Amino acid sequence: MNSRRLVWRIARLVEIRDETPSARTLVLQIPGWPGHLAGQHVDVRLTAEDGYSTQRSYSIAAPADGERVELTVQRVPDGEVSPYLTEELTVGDEVEIRGPVGGWFVWRPNGTAPVLLVAGGSGIVPLMAMIRARRQAGSRTPFRLIYSLREPGERYYAEELRLPHPGLDVTYLYTRAVPDGWARPAGRLTIADMNTGGWPADFGPECYICGPTGFVETASDILLAMGHDARAIKTERFGPTGG
Amino acid sequence: MGFVSRGFRGRPRDEGVKLPPGQYLVHDFPVLSAGPTPRVPLDRWEFAIDTEDGQTHRWSWQELMALPAETPTVDLHCVTKWSKLGTDWKGVSLDTLFADVESSAEYALVYSYGGYTTNLPVEDLLDGKAWIAYQFDGEELAAAHGGPARLLVPHLYLWKSAKWVQGIRLMNEDWPGFWETAGYHNYGDPWREQRYQGD
Ligand SMILES: Cc1cc2nc3c(=O)[nH]c(=O)nc-3n(C[C@H](O)[C@H](O)[C@H](O)COP(=O)(O)OP(=O)(O)OC[C@H]3O[C@@H](n4cnc5c(N)ncnc54)[C@H](O)[C@@H]3O)c2cc1C
Repeated sequence: MNSRRLVWRIARLVEIRDETPSARTLVLQIPGWPGHLAGQHVDVRLTAEDGYSTQRSYSIAAPADGERVELTVQRVPDGEVSPYLTEELTVGDEVEIRGPVGGWFVWRPNGTAPVLLVAGGSGIVPLMAMIRARRQAGSRTPFRLIYSLREPGERYYAEELRLPHPGLDVTYLYTRAVPDGWARPAGRLTIADMNTGGWPADFGPECYICGPTGFVETASDILLAMGHDARAIKTERFGPTGG
Repeated sequence: MGFVSRGFRGRPRDEGVKLPPGQYLVHDFPVLSAGPTPRVPLDRWEFAIDTEDGQTHRWSWQELMALPAETPTVDLHCVTKWSKLGTDWKGVSLDTLFADVESSAEYALVYSYGGYTTNLPVEDLLDGKAWIAYQFDGEELAAAHGGPARLLVPHLYLWKSAKWVQGIRLMNEDWPGFWETAGYHNYGDPWREQRYQGD
């Protein structure tokens, strides 16, 4: 058990990468950062001049790398925090962060069971940390990623996922608009998608599902119907709607 | 002077609403759980209280429905930062369920269909503070929100209100549950912002 106290630390924004027109990766430098596991998240706290403050959770997008922590934030229209993080915050600015949080939705590079990652929209973020952790560790654990999103322009980490990763298969599912010549018509995740892009239950994969609540419910119900063990299905739910 | 986030103003504040520190108000009902949603058929549903002496008290679904129900209106505070105010529930008070239970145990481990567990002191379950709830907003409780029945202990962070509740084990020793073992606070009082161990 981890009894380390989670203190608020000052993080400085050192780099910004645009992922899509409405999502950006924030690279933060956090003195004293204790390290983290792929899949964990942080709490971000913003404080106004009058002392009002509010907090939100954000998944960490990359494996531990000293004092650097990467988040990818999707701008939610009319949101209180995400527009600030994606539009207002600039390199050199500071935010308060504490973490890492969450010891359940994690993948450790010494894992040997095949892994199925199922992402809905920005739910890709903690799963990308797992993909990057696998590569960083030189792990040969077979990974399959099913990434559902509205349309091709909403892909995060598009360049990086285009590169060949031996042992990682990526399937994109589009729910609203598909690229020209794309065989699968636009539509929500189905059991057929999970059969094609995932693993048979008797391979005993570890399954990680992350995204909006409705997506996570659908994906986990499909895996149960396919005979996957409920204990091998880990879920993280990001928000009420979207994705 | 504490930390200020340059250029952050936040939402207009409704001074009339007091929330626990670090929480924000929502009007929908988000879902938090660590795995798939279990589906429990009512004809096989059962709720149990197991005492420290090995006695078990059991209720079938019909027996639970036959007990006097209450309709509490309570505020919910989730550790993932959202709060939802004035939610309407229907369920059986744990005072009613504990009426014939003989126990002097101080700790409870609540367990659920699907394997979830959470711990809390027995006194936090009694004196009108907790219910086995089976209706939300006048409707049967949806499986995603813990139906057919969940524990409702609104004065603690919502992970203590175990969904898909199956039973309560009474113990002389405190035994950390699922999130409590994963680094979350053992007690979880939102007003003292007890989110994580050490808070
Ligand atoms: C464990 C965890 C990890 C998370 N990781 C990430 C992450 O890596 N990247 C990321 O971008 N977000 C992540 N989130 C979501 C994030 O915490 C915020 O909820 C999100 O940024 C919206 O905050 P906001 O203040 O901008 O909007 P709010 O002011 O809180 O909400 C504004 C409106 O948008 C709705 N809304 C809230 N969240 C969403 C959403 N996700 N999609 C659509 N509508 C929404 C609300 O219901 C409300 O009506 C995570 C959440 C959790 C619990």
